Amino acid sequence: MEKILFLAHTQPDGTLPKVALEAASAASDLAKKISGSDLIVAVIGKNAKAAVKQFGSLAAEKFLTVSGNEFETSRYSSDVVALEAIARQAAATFVMAPTTSRFSRVLPGVCQRLEGRIDTHVSGMDVKGEQLTIQRWYYRQRMMATLSRRTRPWFLVVDSGVFEALQGTAKEVAVEEVKVSLPQDIQRTKVTGYESAASGGAETIRPDAEILLVAGAGWTKKQSDGQVHIKEAGELILNFITKNQASLGSSKSLVDQSSEGQEVLSFMTHLNQVGQTGSTPRHAKGLSTCCHGEEPHVVGWRFINDRRAINLDPNCGWAQGKADVLYVADAFEVMAKINKLQANKSLV
Amino acid sequence: MTTGYHIVVCGTLVPDPLQTLEPVQSPAGPALKNEAMLPSVLDPWAGHALYEAAHLAKSNQGSKVWLVSLGPKAKLQQLMMTIAQKAPFELVVVDGSASGFTDSYEIAKALAGAIEKIQGLDRSRLLLFGGCASASRDASVIMQMIGERLGIHDQFLGVDELKAETDGSLKIAERVEGGKYQMSVCAGPPAVLAWATGNLPEPPNNPQIGMANMRNMMPAIQKAQPAGLAASTIQYAGVEVPKQQRQTRIVKDIPAEEIAKDILNWLKG
Repeated sequence: MEKILFLAHTQPDGTLPKVALEAASAASDLAKKISGSDLIVAVIGKNAKAAVKQFGSLAAEKFLTVSGNEFETSRYSSDVVALEAIARQAAATFVMAPTTSRFSRVLPGVCQRLEGRIDTHVSGMDVKGEQLTIQRWYYRQRMMATLSRRTRPWFLVVDSGVFEALQGTAKEVAVEEVKVSLPQDIQRTKVTGYESAASGGAETIRPDAEILLVAGAGWTKKQSDGQVHIKEAGELILNFITKNQASLGSSKSLVDQSSEGQEVLSFMTHLNQVGQTGSTPRHAKGLSTCCHGEEPHVVGWRFINDRRAINLDPNCGWAQGKADVLYVADAFEVMAKINKLQANKSLV
Repeated sequence: MTTGYHIVVCGTLVPDPLQTLEPVQSPAGPALKNEAMLPSVLDPWAGHALYEAAHLAKSNQGSKVWLVSLGPKAKLQQLMMTIAQKAPFELVVVDGSASGFTDSYEIAKALAGAIEKIQGLDRSRLLLFGGCASASRDASVIMQMIGERLGIHDQFLGVDELKAETDGSLKIAERVEGGKYQMSVCAGPPAVLAWATGNLPEPPNNPQIGMANMRNMMPAIQKAQPAGLAASTIQYAGVEVPKQQRQTRIVKDIPAEEIAKDILNWLKG
């Protein structure tokens, strides 16, 4: 009989990340599809007992928590001990968890301790008979594999935006606290805080945003007047993403300019980069501006449903065939008009 | 008293990102079409880890860098021609498949075994470096699994900055959600650091470093041990390249304001 353990963690502010609710519904679906299986829900965090109520609507055999100040922030050495204890107590054969920075760091280590196997970035699941098959991408989103494993426990770390988030109101549940002790020798690391990657602290990365704006190196090149307009470009981009609560992506060539000593957009960092050595975010819509390469249009856009591009080159080989609409225009002009129209709503 | 770090970097080759990749079925499972012929590069994030390692070693006297690579030794030999001039390191080769379709569990086991056999490696001074994800499997799991096998319980993923403080502690910036860094202080080695981009550009070629590296590289490649990867426990039902072609509507020769209105309608829709 399969024991499906669903894992979640609280964030530093005590809330649960949205992707945890998505992974919870995936775990619940899996438990319904594998006959005779049990679902076990577990949460770690400073006040995990309060957070676990969010999963009260799930038909779980039991609810486990590891609570305490030591589990408020994300630290490998304490998280690995807590999650190993939970997985052992649950006697889990499947372990399902959301893709977060905290779980991405620690779950491979937990899996190793349990001599299990792990697949991350799970982007689809199907059950035929009693066999679970999953889908995940290889070679940086260039090909997709469908696979299964017999070894247990099998850890499945689920990507965001793949499954519907769990619906249902919070509900009181009977909670078992798993006892975890942390000897001093595994507390050599102290989390001291958080810093914005961008200078000035501008918030430009919003994983849950509806739209992704991708900026390419063209923003920093000479424009039709023979001059570069970095300051204006920065204002246009920031204005757009603030007004539309959009997330900001970048081509590699744009973020690489900082290490090459060129004038750059101060809020743009390598964390914004999409593509082979960046992220492949999931958003409903994507608008690329001043991009001329494969990276933003193919790999970086893999999980963008509705894609448009503003580009001066009507024959751009990467925009054609990858974007749904290609506007042949000057992105400076178009973005300025968009910002102006949005500022004066009566014109929209 | 011994000083400096013993930095082991795990990294291998991946197909050049500019190559078109096509999956095929081989007797051992999925593979890439003409895999042996595809031009290769050092896995990008592992490359960043190597350059950060070399920089750290240079600024901390008594440090040493090893590069542990699991891949087909003939292809690794070609790869070394391009990276040997970038940074000083001693090469350790494990001969086996660098395919993304091999099981991460088996790769971690083989790499941990190779690291355990490195002569003169002081595990109390060990910093285990690697990329935060490969450009082949893209799983972000192998470094943590190697760390566990080596008994290292201070681990960091998506590192962009490491500062060695005067008291011996390590100040580390790791990528977390929302464009932020989680800042941590670790008491010191041993630790696992899986690097993201870091802060350093690719170093220029240095022929002197290349000549020094090549003295140990050829013997290292010749005495490479087979990885001994066990049969994978993964059953692949299929591997496919997704349909990429979209019917692009090209909008041109209309004023910027009209385009702006069209985009705004689209955003609202």
